[in-house]
Amino acid sequence: MLRYILKRILLMVPTLFVISVIAFIVIQLPPGDFLTSYINNRAAEGTLISNEEITNLRMQYGMDKPMINQYFIWIGSILKGDYGYSFLYRRPVSELIWERLVLTFVISLVTLLFTWVIAFPVGIFSAVKQYSLGDYVATAFGFLGLSIPNFLFALVLMVLAFQYFGLSLSGLFSPDYVEAPWSLAKVGNLLQHLWIPVIVLGLSGTAGMIRTMRANLLDELHKPYVTTARAKGQSKFKTLLRYPVRAALNPFVSTIGYTLPNLVSGSIIVSVVLSLPTTGPLLLASLMAQDMYLAGAYVLLLSSLTVVGTLVSDILLAWLDPRIRLSLRG
Amino acid sequence: MSDDLLLEIKGLKTQFFLDEGLVEAVNGVNLKIRRGATVGLVGESGCGKSVTAFSVLNLVTRPGRVVAGQILFHRTLATAAGGDARGAQVETIDLAALDPDGKQMSAVRGKEIAMIFQEPMVSLSMMHTIGFQIMEAILLHFDVSQQEARQRAIQILNKVGIPNAAERVDMYPFQLSGGMRQRAMIAMALSCNPTLLIADEPTTALDVTTQAQILELMLHLQKEFGMSILLITHDLGVVAETCDEVAVMYLGEVVEQGSVRQIFHSPAHPYTQALLNSIPKLGSSKAGRLTPIEGTVPDPYNRPTGCPFHPRCVRFIKDLCDQDNPPQIELNDGRSVRCWLHDPRQGVQS
Amino acid sequence: MTAVSVPTPTAPRRGLPQGSQEKKTRVFVASQGTLIWWRFRKHKPALISAVVLILIYLVVLFAEFFAPFPQENYSVKYTYAPPQTLQIFLNGPNGLEFRPHVLGYKSVLNQESLKRVFTLDPEQVVPVQFFAQGEPYLLMGFIPATTHLLGPTAKEDPMYLLGADRLGRDVFSRMVYGTRISMTIGLVGVTISLLLGILLGGISGFFGGWVDIAIQRTIEFIISIPSIPLWLGLSAALPSDWSPIQVYFAITLILSLRGWTGLARVVRGRFLSLREEEFVMAAALDGSSELRLIFLHMLPSFMSHIIATVTLAIPEMILAETSLSFLGLGLRAPAVSWGVLLQEAQNVRSVVQAPWLLVPAVGVILAVLTFNFLGDGLRDAADPYSR
Repeated sequence: MLRYILKRILLMVPTLFVISVIAFIVIQLPPGDFLTSYINNRAAEGTLISNEEITNLRMQYGMDKPMINQYFIWIGSILKGDYGYSFLYRRPVSELIWERLVLTFVISLVTLLFTWVIAFPVGIFSAVKQYSLGDYVATAFGFLGLSIPNFLFALVLMVLAFQYFGLSLSGLFSPDYVEAPWSLAKVGNLLQHLWIPVIVLGLSGTAGMIRTMRANLLDELHKPYVTTARAKGQSKFKTLLRYPVRAALNPFVSTIGYTLPNLVSGSIIVSVVLSLPTTGPLLLASLMAQDMYLAGAYVLLLSSLTVVGTLVSDILLAWLDPRIRLSLRG
Repeated sequence: MSDDLLLEIKGLKTQFFLDEGLVEAVNGVNLKIRRGATVGLVGESGCGKSVTAFSVLNLVTRPGRVVAGQILFHRTLATAAGGDARGAQVETIDLAALDPDGKQMSAVRGKEIAMIFQEPMVSLSMMHTIGFQIMEAILLHFDVSQQEARQRAIQILNKVGIPNAAERVDMYPFQLSGGMRQRAMIAMALSCNPTLLIADEPTTALDVTTQAQILELMLHLQKEFGMSILLITHDLGVVAETCDEVAVMYLGEVVEQGSVRQIFHSPAHPYTQALLNSIPKLGSSKAGRLTPIEGTVPDPYNRPTGCPFHPRCVRFIKDLCDQDNPPQIELNDGRSVRCWLHDPRQGVQS
Repeated sequence: MTAVSVPTPTAPRRGLPQGSQEKKTRVFVASQGTLIWWRFRKHKPALISAVVLILIYLVVLFAEFFAPFPQENYSVKYTYAPPQTLQIFLNGPNGLEFRPHVLGYKSVLNQESLKRVFTLDPEQVVPVQFFAQGEPYLLMGFIPATTHLLGPTAKEDPMYLLGADRLGRDVFSRMVYGTRISMTIGLVGVTISLLLGILLGGISGFFGGWVDIAIQRTIEFIISIPSIPLWLGLSAALPSDWSPIQVYFAITLILSLRGWTGLARVVRGRFLSLREEEFVMAAALDGSSELRLIFLHMLPSFMSHIIATVTLAIPEMILAETSLSFLGLGLRAPAVSWGVLLQEAQNVRSVVQAPWLLVPAVGVILAVLTFNFLGDGLRDAADPYSR
């Protein structure tokens, strides 16, 4: 088992390498570079920059070198821990990302918990009481949840809240708490505002999970080993939890690894609509402005999360399923 | 036939309520199982033998249901408490009347009546060790500690002939061979000393050699534990080897029940006769053709009127067999048959 | 393919109810296609969805007929005008008459915001008619016509069935045109994914070995790149001077870049397990060439599963395009898709002022729902091992 984990971690390295290359290419794709759009922006404002200044800026930021060199310079500094400098915000990238990362994680984790706590029992109920009214409601909810784009849902919620409650739901804090230092009251304020993003983000995840759980469990519920357990005299409830649910968990677990990175990236658009101070809006702005270091660092971060997430769910799956666990031992 | 009955099934009817129609899987079955006897339940695929077995333990799930009949279980109170069976009182309960999900039924399952199934690969959970699965049964019915339960599990694994039981107890079913898996399932069923073991085609999935070993094991354990066995199979050879009595089923009814000797040497029901005729025999001429039973098993949604076998019966009596279903008729030698040919009032010779 | 039928019994049937024999033979000789159709029919939501989708695609084909006005028509007089619901009957002097109409506008200038506020005026009756004459167009691209499904009797009258946007453009007409783009992008993208997926997945599964490993690694790489940043990045990379058509196909390509991986994996898995199946071995022993094996024997056995998977992939594409265009990164004006329309509703202010701007969302939800139901129904019907 340990060898398997080590092997996988080693394999992560070339994967991340390729991803970094692709990330670099994608960000550099649009013609021109940050300086071009920067110059255009300044020109629109009315400030002209002389050619000499342009050349100096280019040299300063290393943009005159061939692409390959630029890439290695970038990777080199990343490995040293230096994530570069954001031209757009004129601050070190690590600062920018860091202050927002914590909030992003908080929101994502809370959403994750929310999703599991609801989806798990509802999915089980839906499968056990198939075709009942509760099942239909849950299934309908599942379909709806998957069909409504979450940013639209956010928009609708915001409009409704504004029209009927006069509440402005954007942001994570009320205006007076935004700049305030952390205190118990601030946490309270955060929780007040948190439920909207959590519900919006959790909607499609919950719906999907309910459907998956229901489908997996339905597969297992009528298998012979469940009858065997009942034939031993085990109660219905205990049999349910110990046998088919346990077996249905396996395909479930293999999706856990993707959930966190999906949440983090899925929240991008919602964050824009809800004006959340998370990493999402940051990414969007940086991509559109070709802010190389910021966008690159973010994409790299997210990809690493995904790769690590896959590893985590593979390990979890191996641990849960004795068939896989034992086949790895040899 | 002595009347020391352990289980009496009277007029059992189990039906499946499907979208396409009603399937009367078990249509009035009468069956008697004496203490310590091995009764074989034979029939073609789909005749309702497994459903009968499941009905005994009230394990028939939606869309099926036991709709009528009694399943009288004559348990000795001493064995109910796990003690000595000598000279103890006998109590009769009707299993069909119990709540399938209730405590009473759960107390009977696994402890007094146990069941083993056809395919151990899918009938055992892949996520749990065999030790766990055996211990679960023990811990459900006896007030013992985990350690004691584990010891008992190892003991019973030894009894069923699994070598290195102390190691194997922590193994998963997929790590064992087919024969050993079946032995493990038998161990699980016997772990609580049941008085009746229902075996649903326990050897169908095994090769012939293993089949013989398992059957031998079952008979040996039967003597040791003093239990009855209801052996469900479609293999007449197995029945001949292992059973004391046989019940022949066709389309949800027991058409004939008697001792193995009686059934094999002088079958009373035309279906049994046809079955025995269709078996290829050693020494018969190679040029001769096999004699199958004419016709095919009818569509379960469209049962024939009257006697279910009449469309394929060579001794069919018009206006009688296609009108009325013959009741169970007791013959002089203790057998029972469901055939108008044996009705004394009809005056027809068998 | 016809299933093997049960040999008819030789003994005469006695005592069996009439008609049972015919019913039995009927099931036995049905082809696989017919069996799938019967199972599909049982799935009510899927059936309804199929009908709805056919209707939607009719709208796609004949968009110009269904839309009262061309998509670029604007008017400075009626910016943010509220929807005028269609009324069929009018309470005239002779009681209820069949006179389709909408109510006209009364506008008041709000002194504080300096914006015009419209209300519907019950006094003004603007007659509309079915199959009205309107702007000329080319039906299906080559048949000249001027008839529209609905239109104002007097051409200068306003008819905003679903309201107007900030440039006074008819939301209803634009939604109809948007349907065309949004519903076809999914199809095109999915076709590309399908071809790539089957090709690469099939090669991977059928040949195994290092080809398989190479393709699998590639798939894993592609999957590890989070989709939204990838799409955002690639879309941001599109030169702003490309024509809408170029952008359309570029977006489709971008979306399908990731889409084929899921299908490839499924196809590969199926091929791998099918390779071991006995009927393949039997066909190979019979002398079938590899190509024959693939196309004649293996592919048909899970074609229906593929169709179901593909159908379920379309909603993802629709959602993705809508999201991208909503952010301004996907299709841009003058192209009209639901996502582009929803861009107008990007902030709370505009939505509060004109909630009807969110109507294209209904289209998205409907499309996604129906495709999901349809895919579910197809999958249940096609899988021979499901209950």
